[in-house]
Amino acid sequence: MPVSLLWAVDVYGRVYSLSTAGQQWEQCRNSQMEFKRVTAAQTCCWGIACDNSVYLNVHASDLPIRYQEDTYENQRWNPVDGFSDRLLPSDRWQWSDSSGLQHQPLNGFQLPSSTWEWEGDWHVDENLEGEPTEKEGWTYAMDFPAAYTKDKKWNSCVRRRRWLRYRRYKAMDTWAKIPSQQTTLPDPFSDISCGGWEISEEPGGRLSLWAVSLQGKVWFREGISHHNPEGSSWVEVPLPGEVVQISCGPGDLVWAVLWEGQLLVREGISRDNSKGTSWAVVESPNPEVGAIHVAVGMNVVWAVTKDNKVWFRRGVNSHNPCGSGWISMVGEMAMINVGLNDQVWAIGCEDRVVYFRQGITSSELSGKTWKAINVPRDGDRSHSSASASSLHSAGCFFSGEVRAPSVASDAELDIEHPPGDGAIISSAVLEEEVVPGEGEVNVLSSDAITCTQSGGPPDPQWSNVDLEEAQIQHVQTGAVPDSADSCSLSSVATYTLALEDQYGADEHPLWAWVSGGGCSVDSHSQLNWFNSMLQSVQSMSLSVSPAQTAAWRKQIFEQLTERSKREMDNFRHYEQAIEQSVWVKKGAMQWWRDWKPHKWIDVHFALEQFSGADGNKDGILFIYYNYHEEKKYLHAFINEVTILVPVLNHSKHTFAIYTPERTKQRWPIRLAAATELEMYDWLALLSVSCCDSRGIQGPPSKQAIWSITCKGDIFVSEPSSALEATPYPTPCDQMFWRQVGGHLRLVDCNSLGIVWGIGYDHTAWVYSGGYGGGFFQGLASSTDNIYTQTDTKSVYIYENQRWNPVTGYTTRGLPTDRYMWSDASGLHECTKTGTKPPSPHWTWVSDWAIDYSVSGGTDREGWQYAADFPASYHGFKTMKDFVRRRRWARKCKLSTTGPWQEIPPIQLSDVTILPCSAQSSVDVVPLWAISNKGDVLCRMGVTLLTPAGTSWLHVGTDQPFKSISIGAASQVWGVARDGSAFYRGSVSPSAGDCWYHIPSPAKQKLKQVSVGRTSVYTVDENGNLWYRQGVTPSYPQGSSWEHISNNVRKVSVGPLDQVWIIADKVQGSHSLSCGTVCHRLGVQPMDPKGQSWDYGIGGGWDHITIRGNSMEPSRICLSSMTDPSPQAPRSPLPVRSTESSSALNLTM
Amino acid sequence: MLSVLFMTAGSCAFFRVHLCAGGPCSLCPTGKSNSSTMADDKDVLRDVWFGRIPTCFTLNPDEVTEREAEAYYLLLPRVSYLPVVTDKVKKHFLKVMRAEDVEEMWFEYEGTPLKWHYPIGVLFDFHASNTVLPWTITVHFKNFPDEDLLHCSSNSVVEAHFMSSIKEADALKHKSQVINDMQKKDHKQLWMGLQNDKFDQFWAMNRKLMEYPTEDGGFRYIPFRIYQTLSDRPFIQKLFRPVSPEGHAHTLGDLLKEMYPDALTNDGEQKRYQVLIHGIEPLLETPLQWLSEHLSHPDNFLHICVVPVPTD
Repeated sequence: MPVSLLWAVDVYGRVYSLSTAGQQWEQCRNSQMEFKRVTAAQTCCWGIACDNSVYLNVHASDLPIRYQEDTYENQRWNPVDGFSDRLLPSDRWQWSDSSGLQHQPLNGFQLPSSTWEWEGDWHVDENLEGEPTEKEGWTYAMDFPAAYTKDKKWNSCVRRRRWLRYRRYKAMDTWAKIPSQQTTLPDPFSDISCGGWEISEEPGGRLSLWAVSLQGKVWFREGISHHNPEGSSWVEVPLPGEVVQISCGPGDLVWAVLWEGQLLVREGISRDNSKGTSWAVVESPNPEVGAIHVAVGMNVVWAVTKDNKVWFRRGVNSHNPCGSGWISMVGEMAMINVGLNDQVWAIGCEDRVVYFRQGITSSELSGKTWKAINVPRDGDRSHSSASASSLHSAGCFFSGEVRAPSVASDAELDIEHPPGDGAIISSAVLEEEVVPGEGEVNVLSSDAITCTQSGGPPDPQWSNVDLEEAQIQHVQTGAVPDSADSCSLSSVATYTLALEDQYGADEHPLWAWVSGGGCSVDSHSQLNWFNSMLQSVQSMSLSVSPAQTAAWRKQIFEQLTERSKREMDNFRHYEQAIEQSVWVKKGAMQWWRDWKPHKWIDVHFALEQFSGADGNKDGILFIYYNYHEEKKYLHAFINEVTILVPVLNHSKHTFAIYTPERTKQRWPIRLAAATELEMYDWLALLSVSCCDSRGIQGPPSKQAIWSITCKGDIFVSEPSSALEATPYPTPCDQMFWRQVGGHLRLVDCNSLGIVWGIGYDHTAWVYSGGYGGGFFQGLASSTDNIYTQTDTKSVYIYENQRWNPVTGYTTRGLPTDRYMWSDASGLHECTKTGTKPPSPHWTWVSDWAIDYSVSGGTDREGWQYAADFPASYHGFKTMKDFVRRRRWARKCKLSTTGPWQEIPPIQLSDVTILPCSAQSSVDVVPLWAISNKGDVLCRMGVTLLTPAGTSWLHVGTDQPFKSISIGAASQVWGVARDGSAFYRGSVSPSAGDCWYHIPSPAKQKLKQVSVGRTSVYTVDENGNLWYRQGVTPSYPQGSSWEHISNNVRKVSVGPLDQVWIIADKVQGSHSLSCGTVCHRLGVQPMDPKGQSWDYGIGGGWDHITIRGNSMEPSRICLSSMTDPSPQAPRSPLPVRSTESSSALNLTM
Repeated sequence: MLSVLFMTAGSCAFFRVHLCAGGPCSLCPTGKSNSSTMADDKDVLRDVWFGRIPTCFTLNPDEVTEREAEAYYLLLPRVSYLPVVTDKVKKHFLKVMRAEDVEEMWFEYEGTPLKWHYPIGVLFDFHASNTVLPWTITVHFKNFPDEDLLHCSSNSVVEAHFMSSIKEADALKHKSQVINDMQKKDHKQLWMGLQNDKFDQFWAMNRKLMEYPTEDGGFRYIPFRIYQTLSDRPFIQKLFRPVSPEGHAHTLGDLLKEMYPDALTNDGEQKRYQVLIHGIEPLLETPLQWLSEHLSHPDNFLHICVVPVPTD
């Protein structure tokens, strides 16, 4: 789990953060002032400072926040001037937006605030829907508005071109003030809460920000998104009463507390309406004592009443945001906060300690116990100066403190609440530190002074003073405070720290506010927050010298080797005391029988293992079955098994065994075990046997070929030098694949052994050097380098409806129609309740929700319309549409183990590593990636020792990308989302300078690109494989696309220009398989396109990378491999020369 | 329902079965080509399992024989027990003896009867660690030393002893929870694995005995036995936790300091004792939990021999 931060404010107004991996509170140094509230999201933190302004702290990221401004320059042709800016009076502006309605001169663009800066100057966009335009970027049309083309025709009377400029948000990791709207915000904010990032599928950055003003009004910040982190404006939300505090969860929950102690629940919050529609009132947990504080998460609501009692709201969810009842919880808290995963933090009302609620799981949302977070703060002594300066700067501090008055000195102000009442109250009160002798001492300071011990330096005294009062004092607007007003808000309480030593607070920080909205922990997280100082030091020292490098460990390894030498080396001719014997393991299984009608039949299964003549273990598999009352068996030699594939679903625990023969047939031996455990026992055992028989042990080699199935399972194969031999390579179906733990969507590697993967949830992972994990326990798995890996994906089902003239669209279809709830094909019924996660390893983590991100678009309710099933759907209703459907998505999560370590925080959709030869000594390996937002990124600091690299460098593009590949000589090719290709010259050592736009093959949108030594291959969205013709050192962009094959899903081109694909629809003798690994035969330097395909393992393969295999074919002995670092910087492809020599070798 | 069967090599009648004829083949502990680049803790397990002591069995000259008995040479697995691996020895010497002269076989090294219920490696480390190899063991068929040795009528006695050790160890490690959760066939698999020298088979089951909750940081107590030369007691065995109350990991040194401080060398002192586990001397700062997981014998005990430093 990536490191994330818990934020807190102490009673002095200083902001601290605590890392989930850390053991001390780090002070937020760059804040110039004190804060009273903070509310955190994962990407940023909002706060209210003591100047009552709202501040935003956007966490620095390798991925910059940049916004593309564009405007159009319009021209019309006239016989005199040709094309000129003299337009007709009826025409659009000379500079306008795309529609022509908005006047947009270049100099009219202003930076929205001082936190933005321009990235460069305006430039012309020379790209029209994936097609490069002429140099000037003009696009032509007959008239405005019309369809524009890149070619000028005889009737082109108008033309326009698009200008682009980027602005970048620069205020990273600092508190930037949100400009206030003086006219509409008469009173300052007292509370703030952000959340709502889960309600739309929009990736990171969009959030809802709610604020409460001192007068009890609620405001909503409009327009916060990734590209606009500050939002655009405050909108007041009408209220039935006066609110003191508000809380917004990550989803659609928003609760607020009224002055009177009841709670408000916002209803109608949805994807289309993040502000919601109306308020519902929920009574306080205790009718006698009003609520004072509320905190909401995804599915939980916690509240604190004025007597500091903690309450948990039962039955809260999206459909019932009000919940059903209160449960009283243990503990007395001043405030409470719900963070990610519904985890809860609170601040104790007496001790001011931050507590973490332990044991909160999705099934036990109320958790088990409060545990104090007990870690030191950084720079213990340094804060004395901070404290001093704070005295100087403002003299006022904030807290959500609710206290009974310890000194009844406020009677004259506290009109509404008789002093005896005791419950004084507000979270909007602020504590004011009063320093005798300070110029700005207000009326109340006299009260405070009375309790100041005389003599010595002034001890800080704390009093709760209402902010209105303080405001007036500070601003000095009114000569006399409006007593009625202040009375309505008045709540004065003094809180004496009662500390002998002002700095004694160091021993025990006093916290005022905590926010876990950016803190990603769950009940399984290993946190070091609760240890005492002593232990933390010890565990730190342990981590400094990990067991792997310890001297004791080395000593044991060395001595054991020495012992073997001493005791065994000279006595190898002695007889062994124990005879080798055959070991048979038997079990009952079911087998998907080979003959028709195919069905599962009960069989006996046996594995016999023995030691082969060469000392390697070998074995035979037997399947004993009955055929027409006759006992028969089927067998397979372990050393012929090429792969074991687990096929787990809810009804059966099955796995498939392939041999070369079975691969040709496309018909594996399919077996089902009685239980999942039994299946994995067998798989682990068979896997060990297969590896033993082939003498394979330990982690995959650097040359290994990696592949991934559609289930996310990861397989590796060790290539031999014969694999790429010509003319007789090892047939693909003889390759042996073994599984590696983990769950990925794609993987890339190079021959230095650097391997990166990307999960279904776009998380980036780097290979740790281990093997095993997953169900490989014990011996089949390395002990080190195995980590927990999680992945999430969505399961989709479709709701189908048919229109009839009487009732409109209904759930009653025609008898011939598909199920009203079905999968995408319509062939299988999939109901909301009946649909299960893909396998028992997955668990649901969300509820069913309408999915609006369907290609073709949807209407506001998510429906797509069509004339009939099955057809192409569109997102609006026409007269001819008689059916409609909408997609529902539900997220599920998998937790497994494997040799993978997470690389937070940026989510990726593609990654590519420079292929290089095993011998080459590359210091820093170029690694490029695409973020899931489409940004092109270059990883810095990737070396053999630090395969994870250090940071990302953002590489600007004018549009989002979806695929990237880096080939020899560090040439980078990419595919943009519009389906066109881009080429970028040598990117090593710098990141290159510009993109060359390369049009896609006619009428095709490219999907994926892979670049090898000299070959460039792409796959388009219709499954065509294209080879780039005419790529030469002097013209590395090439000249045209040549069609190679169809039915291709993915391509991987290796360091020797070897070409491997995942192909659809490969016909075997018994069956057809989709998603099949195929190898291009006959690829030679003079014939890089190859001749034909050889078919390997298949049936559900999704991804392959052969970019680690730089093993030259066995016959050929090259003196030097391709050196990926270009010797001649002028020539992007210096490899051609070496390659021609290899061509000679080949033909010899 | 799974079951595990054993057959001897000869009884397997299936085709394409190439079995080694019991010769000195497949002594390939790790199967890896380069043993110097050991990196994985798994390799320790294999090295421990496949440890062999070259042994020369000679017949006690007092035994009555029909003709002269030749010495018999064998590689004994360190982790096994004498009765389990000496069938061949017995067969060899019985050839030269008359049946009426044969009583229960027992072994002796330099006058000391060898306790069959100690693992072979322990016997070697304790009695003979600094002798010249092969280890010469004298075989007796008479005058069974009842005061020194337990009788061992068959391998089932060894099995019972082995299983009771494992159970005792698991009682210390997991309050017997793991061993009790296992089925009878699982217990059998542990024993059969040891008896037939099947590393994979044994460890497939034994790894469950080596697990512990991560938050505990180790077993409840470490099952260990310290053998010392100068003592009446056969060995030291007490309760000792892998983690101190303050939360730091106990080391081999911590254990010895508490159990047998004399074994440690004080500053400025000549080293007097060797602390041997499986014939090697781990550093005293080696964490005890790691040792228990990796250098325990199949009976799940960490057998530690403290022997005097050889004088020569």
